[in-house]
Amino acid sequence: MANSFTRMISGRNTAALLASLGAGTLATGFLLSENSSLAAEAKKMLYPPSSDYPDLRKHNNCMAAALTPAIYARLRDKVTPNNWTLDQSIQTGVDNPGHPFIKTVGCVAGDEESYEVFAELFDPIIKDRHNGYDPRTMIHPTDLEASKITNGVFDEKYVLSSRVRTGRSIRGLSLPPACSRAERREVERVVVTALAGLKEDLAGHYYSLGDMTDKQQQQLIDDHFLFDKPVSPLLTCAFMGRDWPDARGIWHNNEKTFLIWVNEEDHTRVISMEKGGNMKRVFERFCRGLKQVEHLIQERGWEFMWNEHLGYILTCPSNLGTGLRAGVHVRLPKLSQDQRFSKILDHLRLQKRGTGGVDTAATGDTFDISNNDRLGKSEVELVQMLVDGVNYLIECEKKLEKGQDIKVPAPVAQFRK
Amino acid sequence: MGSDPEDCYLLFLSGVQCKKAIMPFGNTHNNFKLNYKVEEEFPDLSLHNNHMAKVLTKEMYGKIRDRQTPSGYTVDDVIQTGVDNPGHPFIMTVGCVAGDEESYEVFKELLDPIISDRHNGYKPTDKHKTDLNFENLKGGDDLDPNYVLSSRVRTGRSIKGFTLPPHNSRGERRAIEKLSVEALASLDGEFKGKYYPLKSMTDAEQEQLITDHFLFDKPVSPLLTCAGMARDWPDARGIWHNENKSFLVWVNEEDHLRVISMEQGGNMREVFKRFCVGLKRIEEIFKKHNHGFMWNEHLGYILTCPSNLGTGLRGGVHVKLPKLSTHPKFDEILTRLRLQKRGTGGVDTASVGGVFDISNADRLGSSEVEQVQLVVDGVKLMVEMEKKLEKGEAVDSMIPAQK
Repeated sequence: MANSFTRMISGRNTAALLASLGAGTLATGFLLSENSSLAAEAKKMLYPPSSDYPDLRKHNNCMAAALTPAIYARLRDKVTPNNWTLDQSIQTGVDNPGHPFIKTVGCVAGDEESYEVFAELFDPIIKDRHNGYDPRTMIHPTDLEASKITNGVFDEKYVLSSRVRTGRSIRGLSLPPACSRAERREVERVVVTALAGLKEDLAGHYYSLGDMTDKQQQQLIDDHFLFDKPVSPLLTCAFMGRDWPDARGIWHNNEKTFLIWVNEEDHTRVISMEKGGNMKRVFERFCRGLKQVEHLIQERGWEFMWNEHLGYILTCPSNLGTGLRAGVHVRLPKLSQDQRFSKILDHLRLQKRGTGGVDTAATGDTFDISNNDRLGKSEVELVQMLVDGVNYLIECEKKLEKGQDIKVPAPVAQFRK
Repeated sequence: MGSDPEDCYLLFLSGVQCKKAIMPFGNTHNNFKLNYKVEEEFPDLSLHNNHMAKVLTKEMYGKIRDRQTPSGYTVDDVIQTGVDNPGHPFIMTVGCVAGDEESYEVFKELLDPIISDRHNGYKPTDKHKTDLNFENLKGGDDLDPNYVLSSRVRTGRSIKGFTLPPHNSRGERRAIEKLSVEALASLDGEFKGKYYPLKSMTDAEQEQLITDHFLFDKPVSPLLTCAGMARDWPDARGIWHNENKSFLVWVNEEDHLRVISMEQGGNMREVFKRFCVGLKRIEEIFKKHNHGFMWNEHLGYILTCPSNLGTGLRGGVHVKLPKLSTHPKFDEILTRLRLQKRGTGGVDTASVGGVFDISNADRLGSSEVEQVQLVVDGVKLMVEMEKKLEKGEAVDSMIPAQK
């Protein structure tokens, strides 16, 4: 019976005839076909959203908190212009119920349009993750004027190194979870061409992951610059490891203070760093480098993904806005033992990580301290908060060294009014 | 693609502009890629050593890259695992998977040569013979248990009307589980058993399944994870086994069903009998629900990995061959007997203490009975050779001809 239906669907005219018989008849005929997998549309009818809704009962991430069955039902069958779906966005959150140290986001964008097409899910997640920020109504400030930073040079007895990172996405190309090989190679081409135009202290060299020599690789490892194929399931379940190491690479300037990762978790990750406590200089180079790279890609007709509500668009909703993490490796042997340490960090809007990065715990008394926030405050504001916060922590440490008591500071204000 | 009859039907039914949508799941449905030239999209396979990399040329890729199966699976989906995994230390991997039954047809140009390469020159016109009549097996009940520690036969089955583990949605996977549990619940006699869903088993149950070596865990092998088979773990996955713990079914791991018959010792005949009887019973029940097994006369039983087409059968033993395994001709002997060796931890492990997992190498082009016969005869011979070597005697005269 199914075969006769299939034979009847042989042209546009007969399709009209069949449609008039009633969708039910046709669908049933199609559904009963034992001889083939169901066509995509027929499948949607046989499997309502409720049958596909993920089991999130053991989950603790932002996506699981926000994704109701009703939202899922409304969004499941939508696609972005390049066919990215909700199921693909949330796969990483379904596959990874929780993380030992941080509350993960649990979803990613496949392209710029994901944030719009799946706004019903992404908006509450953004609110949850970014202190109540509402993308529908609020405007995100961008400010890369590094000269505004004050007191940005730390006591090097405590601060061992300073670093600022962000990400940038190239508008018009899909993001790492969704990009095809050609798109990824295009990102590499666009970025590497632009970086070749950097001069003076920013002049540098690109090392393609697939083509680097053993010697180059060892040097990059020694410099702590090399990134490896992602092993974190947060990334692999979001399809970011596909086709590794095709079109992935590392660019850095000759002085090794300005570094760009190409096609890792974002199109680009831009990092400025140096040993010691001169955060002001690190941030100044960061801003200068970013502006120059932006200018160089614009010369060739490209631009970064950005809009006034979400700021810079990146793969993970946690990195929207500035995408900026400014941090130091700092020794706080006494303060870290004080039971008020976490509260102090919290009030200063800072977070601590181990010196191995986000998935590590602190060892000894050296911590990676960085800003919590990304969206709703500008780059300058966030770096200043980090600077003020770290200076405060150092003051506390010094007080404790002298046997004096410390105070928990009042919480820093949230958004601009 | 635009004037495909199915598209017309879709347009009318849904009343909206819709490109061929990607249900249930695929991670490579990026439309923009068709705007790029073939060279720009073609994967870099220069460091690769798997069947897919040997076969896939730029020209072939160009020809098939804009096709989709009816459920929306593309060639990039098929090959992703092979692109992401250039090679394996112990075995030549296939490097591609099917997302549904139709993948083997829609991507014939790619899969036929891979099938031929993997399955000893099997041609697109060849027919595969299925024989699950255990009575046709000769012997197999007298393998020396001092050497043969355990015997096991496994295969896989895919259920018609559903897409395969790399591609299926949660809804489909759950429907497969539901159907499978119903079917298994109706078994009786030596096949009476219980289903343990992965996501709700108690600690005690889990401990027991681990002790019995029954529990399968979330895949960690990148061969499987890169093919999307671990998605939504542990949703709709589970283990069913009979009370005697001699017949075991895995639901929704690498295939819809993996069916395993096993026991300690060397009575492969009994193991195979239980295997055949149990499979037939299960198949009858699925047929009654209008969801028989995927099978055709060219490829036999259709499974996710092209290496498991045909019988999907791996019949094997854990056997002690400490002396024979160090004989310079050991690998040659295995090849001639049409057998393969693995470590006792399974496909990705090396041998421990001279104990090997020895099983049939073939899957397609010979029947179940024929393949188990090779295991029975080959292991019997190798145990005899081992005994000779223990006595310090030579075994060169016993080395078999190519089967």
